[in-house]
Amino acid sequence: MSAVARSTVVTYPATGFGAAFSAVYAGQVARARTARAPLFFVATLQSLGLLLLLRGVVDNGRPAEKQQIVAGSVVLVIGFVALNLLAQRFGHLRADGGLDYYAALPVPPAAVVLATVASYASFAVPGTVVVAVAGAVLYGLSLTHLWLLVPVVVLGGAALAGIGAALGLLAPRPELATVCGQLGMSVVLFLGLVRAARMPLPLRALRAVIPSTYAVDALAQGLGDDPSWSRVGADLAVCAGAAVVALALATFAYRRAVSR
Amino acid sequence: MSALAVRGLTRRFADVVANADITCEIHQGEMFGLLGPNGAGKSTFVRQLMGLLRPDAGEITVLGEDVVRRPELAPRLAAYLAQDERAVAELSPLVAAELTGRLRGISRAAARRDAGELIEELGLTDCAQRPMVRLSGGQRRLACVATALIGARPVLILDEPTTGLDPTARRAVWSALQRRRESGATVVLVTHNVLEAETVLDRVAVFDQGRVIACDTPGRLKAAVSDDVRLDLVWRSDPPAGDATVTRLGELAQRTGRRWTVRLPAAEARAALGELTTGAAFAALDDFTLATPTLEDVYLALGGRAHDLEHG
Repeated sequence: MSAVARSTVVTYPATGFGAAFSAVYAGQVARARTARAPLFFVATLQSLGLLLLLRGVVDNGRPAEKQQIVAGSVVLVIGFVALNLLAQRFGHLRADGGLDYYAALPVPPAAVVLATVASYASFAVPGTVVVAVAGAVLYGLSLTHLWLLVPVVVLGGAALAGIGAALGLLAPRPELATVCGQLGMSVVLFLGLVRAARMPLPLRALRAVIPSTYAVDALAQGLGDDPSWSRVGADLAVCAGAAVVALALATFAYRRAVSR
Repeated sequence: MSALAVRGLTRRFADVVANADITCEIHQGEMFGLLGPNGAGKSTFVRQLMGLLRPDAGEITVLGEDVVRRPELAPRLAAYLAQDERAVAELSPLVAAELTGRLRGISRAAARRDAGELIEELGLTDCAQRPMVRLSGGQRRLACVATALIGARPVLILDEPTTGLDPTARRAVWSALQRRRESGATVVLVTHNVLEAETVLDRVAVFDQGRVIACDTPGRLKAAVSDDVRLDLVWRSDPPAGDATVTRLGELAQRTGRRWTVRLPAAEARAALGELTTGAAFAALDDFTLATPTLEDVYLALGGRAHDLEHG
């Protein structure tokens, strides 16, 4: 290779991870402001509706059931936004050739995936706060440990958004990505709201392998008067492990989708 | 040194050969065009230049770098405009350009400044802040051109940058590309517009069915078929069936409704036109034009079979 060519490559280095992450994240936030906001309202309203609907059913129920319903409704917001909407977004980008935009820029693939995942997880934040506060008030639960929302949204959001991204990027057709995203959200809904003790064994097994379970259980503990912090810690550790695996899978799926 | 060198490039999609053994060289500072009808393999070709598609066979170097072996180098050296930019469709032109600049590694402040200048250069100031989904197709395309131009890469690869643009916007893009070329950038431009190819390109590769059937300057390509001229006849009613000139031209003509297009040696065309305008057929003739060859004539003369090249 000539010296001229070498100097040209040196003049145009690849964009660093931090700068690329920040720009992709900013782009997603700008998109959300102009076009996505109504969908985030839908996510919040769906969970608020469930809280109201189930309020009558568990009127005299045990505190653990009430905690489960509120925590399940909060995590459902994350499932709607981070898993369902992100699966649809990546499914459509992949089908329409929209991934070429990022693939034709000198950015690390992991920065594109992680920034998009982070943005969708953070879009769920306002909805989770609204649902958690409304749920605690409606069901007479403690708001003392509401700070637990932070690790739950960060770790649960990363895990669910990672799964959503992977589903969208691996699905061969955008319609399938949409179906997978909605099925995933339904699983989060049903297995998050009902206590494990009330489920048949196969569903209990399924509940044990999905990361949203551990986000729900950690938050449910925090909504009680006397949380078991060791259980909260263990649940959050599982969420963190699931997030690492899901994000690695999403990054692999992205690389696979853009290298044809 | 050549900006881009391609040797024996071949890419198939199942049974379809999208690019068949293409070899060409594009010089630094050149405005190089790929002309051909839809489906001729132009987009497949440029996506391979950008490392977005892996060739089945062949070599590609961009500024001396082997981008088949190291596809991650292509985005560092070249900016790319795809036919469709869904990824930025919900952003405003200003934000889309600024963020793309940041993704090319320029600082936030510089990206903001450059995006503003580009928006002004391309005449998008009035709609700079509106989401692209609410803009006209032409404005959206211009905004996408801005995303390709920000961050000043030494090679610009643009897939139909002027599709859907009105003449004023098209000229704004041509001028913007000309300025980049004058600063040393190499421009590779996909088009199926004959006027664009003849107006702005230094050299043209003519694509047909996955192959490059000719590659030269527009002037030399037209000179290669200079014996032929194009005679266009528009009939207001059916021409007289017994007229020998009408019969002969009818056998050679490509017919579109009442319009006949005939390619003939210049002397023969002049003689035919003389016979038509002085004979019985003149009463049925609504309009006629006699024109020197265009790049479309070159394409057809070289064996091209499609008829969807644009003229305007």
